[in-house]
Amino acid sequence: MISVAESGGARVKTAASAARRDAWLRRLPLLPAFLYVVLVTQIPFALTVYYSFFSWNLLKDDSFRFAGLDNYARLLTDESIRTAMLNTVVLTISVIAISVVLGLAVATLLNSEVFGKGLMRTLLIAPFLIMPTAGALIWKDTLLNPLFGLLPYLLTPFGLGRVDWVNQYPMASVVTVEVWRWTPFMMLIILAGLQSQNPEVLEAARVDGANAFQAFRRITLPLVRPFIELGALLGSLFVVQTFDSIFMLTHGGPGEDTTNLPFLLYIVAFQGYSIGQASAIGVVAVILTTIVATIGLRTMFSIFQVEARR
Amino acid sequence: MSANAFRANTQPVGGFPTSKVLWSVVGWLVVFVFFFPVLWMWLEAFKTEPQAASSPPTILFVPTLAEFQEILSGDFPPFFINSAIASIGSTLLVLVLGLPAAYALAIRPVKRTQDVLFFFISTRFLPFAASLVPLYLLARDLHLLDNIFALALIYTTINLPLGVWLLRSFLLEIPHDLFEAARVDGASFATEILRIVVPLIAPGIAATSLICLIFSWNEFFYAVNFTSSTAATTPIFLVGFISGRDLFYAKLAAAATLASLPVLMAGWIAQKQLIRGLTMGAVK
Repeated sequence: MISVAESGGARVKTAASAARRDAWLRRLPLLPAFLYVVLVTQIPFALTVYYSFFSWNLLKDDSFRFAGLDNYARLLTDESIRTAMLNTVVLTISVIAISVVLGLAVATLLNSEVFGKGLMRTLLIAPFLIMPTAGALIWKDTLLNPLFGLLPYLLTPFGLGRVDWVNQYPMASVVTVEVWRWTPFMMLIILAGLQSQNPEVLEAARVDGANAFQAFRRITLPLVRPFIELGALLGSLFVVQTFDSIFMLTHGGPGEDTTNLPFLLYIVAFQGYSIGQASAIGVVAVILTTIVATIGLRTMFSIFQVEARR
Repeated sequence: MSANAFRANTQPVGGFPTSKVLWSVVGWLVVFVFFFPVLWMWLEAFKTEPQAASSPPTILFVPTLAEFQEILSGDFPPFFINSAIASIGSTLLVLVLGLPAAYALAIRPVKRTQDVLFFFISTRFLPFAASLVPLYLLARDLHLLDNIFALALIYTTINLPLGVWLLRSFLLEIPHDLFEAARVDGASFATEILRIVVPLIAPGIAATSLICLIFSWNEFFYAVNFTSSTAATTPIFLVGFISGRDLFYAKLAAAATLASLPVLMAGWIAQKQLIRGLTMGAVK
């Protein structure tokens, strides 16, 4: 195209319009998906921002009026939102931390010489595939139920027989169910990292006199670190949105002990019908998530893309 | 824990290294703990109600299909069918919209491809709080609340970003010469997609369908807020068990087993595609 452009004024124009046409031809296949996503996510988000400046109860006619920053001011003073934020942070950090550690341990086991590796892996991913609402119900009613559950029965000899786990330790119960669900996810990603390791390097370390722990810390761990980070990042983006298991296990309670941001939003929007207040919560949630996601995802995928190119 | 990698061939006992036996035992114990809730769900599903709610728990029993029969002959099937419509519908839409988009980001890339990619993925991790209220109001005004096709459209939004990323990662692996050759032969865009792209990235299409299926089949938040009766999906059926008063554990377990079956089977069959799908193509 450069050679065409050099050969005369009239052709420069044709070349330029050809280039533009080519650019549009390239964009054309992208447009339907792009427009769809803009239509269903960006425009509603703009409306969410708009609504967040209004006071509006859906059940009361003519209650739509401008409220300035009232909704945001209430977020700062409201006890519920602070509790929900704290619960979201506690839940996300504990679930991710525990499931990464367990996932790393299980992946290491699966990467070593054991009998029936394939079947082990197959069975281990089941908790991730089970419908979260179904999993939460099974935990609540058949495993943790103080009267008929299996766990209280098994713990009777230890004097913990009639503990009502879900009511007495609500957050720990939600964390347990979520760890059960996310450990397989972490395991799968970390295992992929472990399997990309060259066994000869470990062999060489052994010859050089490194013990198993040293080899794990100095060779294996740095290698799987990006995989752990990827798992933790993707996992936390999902766990921040935890709703199903809270709805089924505790319904946010007792009190507000397990109410996280998504559950609070559900309560405010669909039990209280406070559209303006719910929108303000939405805006804050978006800002918080965007900070984590943009920094995290960019770093993460640049690491993996560099590796893929090599 | 990788100790065994070093001791593997040192102390053979009965033909197997001790460490292998030891770590296998540890490994299977871990597997048992994690798999147990699933196993217990299955066991409870085959019991009678008194057996399922007995203390001490019933371990030995004659399996019965009674609870499954009751669930299947009751009001469960419409929920299941709704889930199937929403999942399959949104998966097809993701492929129809996502494949051309992935092509435009991989084979003949548009300018600022990276920015477009990150735009897509940022919408996947936008909290549902971002668009929930306006979408709800829109659905209400258009009389699309409790409409299964509206739910399928929402699931398409959830899955499309993952689909675009995933399909693109598979497209990048196709040798570029193939497309050059097709274009020289005068193949149209549609021919190029249907004759070259689709057959070559069949595993990518499988991975994308699997991920779409997992996320839309198991989805609960939008289902509980956007549907009530006619369009309610399988997870909503399970909500009915929260407030049950009588002994209902066997029925609950049977319903949970049936509800989880499609995703569990698909995930087990397509294990290879699972990691790649979950990491949007970053980990192979």
